[in-house]
Amino acid sequence: MELQWQICSETNLALFFPKPITLEKQQKCWALSDSIQKMPEVIEVVIGMNTLSVFILPLTWAKLNIFKDKLSALLNDIPSKTIQGKHVEIPVHYGGKYGPDLAAMANDLNLSVEAVVELHTKATYTVYFIGFQPGFPYLGGLSESLYFPRHAIPRTQVPAGSVGIGGEQTGIYPFASPGGWQLLGQANTALFDSTKTSPTLLNAGDTLTFTAIDIHQ
Amino acid sequence: MKIITASALASIQDSGRLGYRSMGVGRNGVMDSWALQAGNALMKNEANEPAIEIALGELTIQFEESVCFCLTGALYEAYLDDQRVPCYWRINAKAGQTLKLLRPLQGMYTYLCVHGGFEIEPVLQSISTNLKAGFGGFEGRYLKADDTLTVKTESSLPVIGVARLAPTDVIRVIKSSEYDCFTESSQQAFETQPWKLQSNSNRMGYRLEGTTALEFSEPVQMSSHGVDIGMIQVPPQGQPIVLMADGQTTGGYPKIATVINADIGLMAQIRFGKACQFVVVSLEQAIHKQQKRQHYIDQIKEYANEN
Repeated sequence: MELQWQICSETNLALFFPKPITLEKQQKCWALSDSIQKMPEVIEVVIGMNTLSVFILPLTWAKLNIFKDKLSALLNDIPSKTIQGKHVEIPVHYGGKYGPDLAAMANDLNLSVEAVVELHTKATYTVYFIGFQPGFPYLGGLSESLYFPRHAIPRTQVPAGSVGIGGEQTGIYPFASPGGWQLLGQANTALFDSTKTSPTLLNAGDTLTFTAIDIHQ
Repeated sequence: MKIITASALASIQDSGRLGYRSMGVGRNGVMDSWALQAGNALMKNEANEPAIEIALGELTIQFEESVCFCLTGALYEAYLDDQRVPCYWRINAKAGQTLKLLRPLQGMYTYLCVHGGFEIEPVLQSISTNLKAGFGGFEGRYLKADDTLTVKTESSLPVIGVARLAPTDVIRVIKSSEYDCFTESSQQAFETQPWKLQSNSNRMGYRLEGTTALEFSEPVQMSSHGVDIGMIQVPPQGQPIVLMADGQTTGGYPKIATVINADIGLMAQIRFGKACQFVVVSLEQAIHKQQKRQHYIDQIKEYANEN
């Protein structure tokens, strides 16, 4: 497995683990993030889906190269970190106006709408990371039969609470925003509250199941 | 000071919210950080002091105290009572005077900075407005009529003006991690053809359109990963999106390039329907340009402090 840091901007470096997505690789991301966060050049670390992005202070050219070497040295023997999280159930209205892509997606997958919902609600998902917008959980554990590409042109407006699939991932949009995921349904669970000490409902390592309130045609 | 009318998109922004990306909370903050820094330097403020960011329409403000202010960023047609207000100049307003911002003459985003700054409580360590999630800044939203902002210090300073960065439609970028996933002719088209800014662009993303769509050598399905202001994502249809200040914290579309820090503020100032041109530079050059911009801010600071 050849891992290499890639420079994405003057102040951002990314590490991508090769596919397929696994919890084991995510646990390495969690562990790496802990040690990188302690480095003095680092502002913050963003964990992605089996990837890691490091945001740094603006550095000189020479210092950036030294920093990249320091990061690379961490890849020789990556530790693992397990998180014992809480479990949360999220009720969802599937299909109809709540999930405008459900019927077309089921059709493309040669499945019935009910079978898609069955597969989506049967799995126990692990929160791999929170990203995209405040409190948005990226979930691992999606059934392979439901892997589905994002829209070629992202929607300019996805309603708050939308539950969607993007490639091998599934998740919930806490706020209305543009987005390219396939929308299966809608939940009305609050996922973010800026007034709380811990503003996100979910954190990396938590587990989650969806339950169907109803399946709309 | 009190907002009398607001048809402009006016929000309170500082240099951005850092340290909360792992909760999905993005940077927010100003679209043109060089304009904010120039304004704060001219006002003798800390570099991160929040300002009112104003785009497009009209904004009328009545001063309820004597305030020293300046306008930086886009050149707005503005009047203090009947007197034309030049941009990038320190202006002293007295209690009862009215500042009217009519329309941007050049550029998109203007900053109203006040000496001493505004009295606003930070949320998650920043005073920038998160408009999507509705927190930070002034009640987490755009300013509207009857809002009142408290300026921390009543003051006047000697009237001086400083130079602004020249606007440009040539935007420098560095190659990003998926640059090699594009066909050679697309890599060429990226740099040679003009990219028109679509009207559905906003503080989150600048959607561009070119005559030739960008093509991948083979389809790329990436997992969601950390993204930042300036990164240029290319969805499968081949028309790029430049992530801006309200950009999401993670995204999954491949990135062909990143606008360099030195030029992201200039990119923000491109108007709907106008085109920009991308030029690829080396990372070393990008860092050098950033240092040059910092030098420009330091010069303003020095001049402002002497006067």
